[in-house]
Amino acid sequence: MSSVMIDTGNYIAAKAAVMARPDVVAAYPITPQTTLVEGIANYRDTGEFKGEYICVESEHSAMSACIGASAAGVRTFTGTSSHGLLLMHEMLHWAALARLPIVMCNINRVVGPGWNIWADENDSVSQRDTGWIQFYCSSNQEIFDTVIQAFKLAEHEKISLPVMISYNAFILSHTSMPVYIPEQEEVDDFIPKRKPLWKLDVDNPITFGNIILPHEYEKVRRDMQNAQEYAKKLIVEINRDWERRFGRYHGDLLDLYKCDDAEYILVAMGAIGSESKVTVDNMRKEGYKIGLARLRVFRPFPGEEIVKLGDKADLIVIDRNVSIGLGGAVFNEVKASLYGKSDAKVYGYIAGLGGKDVTYGDIEKMCKKVVDGKAKHMEWYGFEKGGV
Amino acid sequence: MAIKDLPREECYLPGSAACPGCPATMALRIMFKAIGKNMIMVVPACCTSVIESLHPKTSFNVPVMNIAFEAAAAGASGVEAALRIHGNKDTTVVAWAGDGGTYDIGLQALSGAIERQTNFIYICYNNQIYSNTGIQRSGATPYAAWTTTTVSGKTEFRKELGEIIMAHHIPYAAQACVAYPEDLYNKLKKAKSIKGSKFIEILAPCPPGWRFPMEKTVEMGVLAVETGAWVLYEYENDKVTFNGKSKLILEGKIDRKPVEEWIRYQGRFRHLFKPEKDVKRLKAIQDHIDKTWELYKEKYL
Repeated sequence: MSSVMIDTGNYIAAKAAVMARPDVVAAYPITPQTTLVEGIANYRDTGEFKGEYICVESEHSAMSACIGASAAGVRTFTGTSSHGLLLMHEMLHWAALARLPIVMCNINRVVGPGWNIWADENDSVSQRDTGWIQFYCSSNQEIFDTVIQAFKLAEHEKISLPVMISYNAFILSHTSMPVYIPEQEEVDDFIPKRKPLWKLDVDNPITFGNIILPHEYEKVRRDMQNAQEYAKKLIVEINRDWERRFGRYHGDLLDLYKCDDAEYILVAMGAIGSESKVTVDNMRKEGYKIGLARLRVFRPFPGEEIVKLGDKADLIVIDRNVSIGLGGAVFNEVKASLYGKSDAKVYGYIAGLGGKDVTYGDIEKMCKKVVDGKAKHMEWYGFEKGGV
Repeated sequence: MAIKDLPREECYLPGSAACPGCPATMALRIMFKAIGKNMIMVVPACCTSVIESLHPKTSFNVPVMNIAFEAAAAGASGVEAALRIHGNKDTTVVAWAGDGGTYDIGLQALSGAIERQTNFIYICYNNQIYSNTGIQRSGATPYAAWTTTTVSGKTEFRKELGEIIMAHHIPYAAQACVAYPEDLYNKLKKAKSIKGSKFIEILAPCPPGWRFPMEKTVEMGVLAVETGAWVLYEYENDKVTFNGKSKLILEGKIDRKPVEEWIRYQGRFRHLFKPEKDVKRLKAIQDHIDKTWELYKEKYL
């Protein structure tokens, strides 16, 4: 049995987080994440959230407190955005290297200066080397389902890594949508209490994180990489289990849409990923053989699945981020995945930075330019005279 | 409590990686004896992260979580919340940090944790420098002291951290010194018995950092107190009580020794004596201590 809740992405994330029964939430407010932490604080006051809520004095301390609590063996959750995520950066590495299964929502927001609170994925994309598993959502239902699933993934004995669930500022964080909410018992059954692999325990004292020599340290890194490789398989298994229990499926590492006979496949994350579905439908009506592979999981990067796409189609990648001095992050990772394994052509667009709106019409223009053979290898959308 | 009556059990195991004459190890031994095995320790980057020794071994027989430099108090907040949610009221959470991690980079997290009334003991062993990184200036370094980043001597006086901590109206705060282990033990014991945030700062004279022979650690601590450069006190229920020799000085029962008697043994102040006596700076140091004690008399006598 499930009920329907109509609410914004942040309140849905708060609902999901509370239903996952974290023992400790440590968080600091930042626009546009604020309603998420307010939601959890409200659930604390109504008694629905029975854990400890630490209102810390910075995001750095939010992640540090989550690390302390998680190391003491309990389930932890937090949320942040943009500059908050960047302030956490040091502790993001720490959490992952300590193999602590912290779950966090990040609301993708522009990094300043100048101050701007709209959607842009550079905040989380620039955390890609921290060791966190990274999801990108495109609906409030997907936010709810992914938050619950994230605990199962993070706390799995072969993973034991933190998980970040990102979704675009305002487009999802402050937009209401109907969301199916399962019964608490169903969630409890899906994610039983955390069983930590190690913890700070007075009966079994260990010193965690003291000085480590190069060879041992390298093993720690290698084990993290192996865990992320294993996560590629486990994410699919968790999705199947979820679909069997709740009848919902948002795609695996990639959310494939009309890709079977496609000659061109769009690759995009987050809100641009969902907007692209409209483009695909419209262009299909005009006879274009186009599909969409919405990137749900950015870390681990689904290189093998990208190669499969490249076997039959050319790829059009849209990045709402830019690695300055190189180009769109997804574009370059897609190309790296294909190298030596595929002859597919790859076209990259950078679009929607600073929260600039990217409509299905914009995406259609990008795609048609590629099909017409006029697209460059990589370009910034909307900067040519007279548009694309 | 006399030294001979301290608990025999050692949580500080032999074979640590500390320097000879290290004051932090002296403080650690006493701390472990006072708090006992039922504790969880959170350690940021500091000398203790080396003293613990190399992974996968350890020289501490209690659970220890190492954490980033500025994160000791926040990390301890998380540990404390986790214990609370499990109804564990017996285990003491101890954040153990140096002066760099407390006065400077970790001050924000410490202030936040105290303001939230986190139930933990934060201990700062203060050797007045970033000694683990090779003797750089910290907010606790005294005026005129040589460090590798103040090669001609520091041009500012140290921060009065105790005043900042007391401004939080913390349930218990204290200053101690490794040279007075019974006093330190009693303060730790008292801190353990009080609910809420507790802060203890321990003066830790560092032989390589202060440039004195390794067998003089205790003597340097005693002279710091006897010259009034360091004060032993407790702060409880918004009231400050001086202890030991600091109390006798405050009450006028013994005289404060001139500060020169403390600093002339320390190579970090050598430039104040050679090639010729730097009368001006020596006077500035003494004047600062005199002024500080005038304030103590006004406020605490």
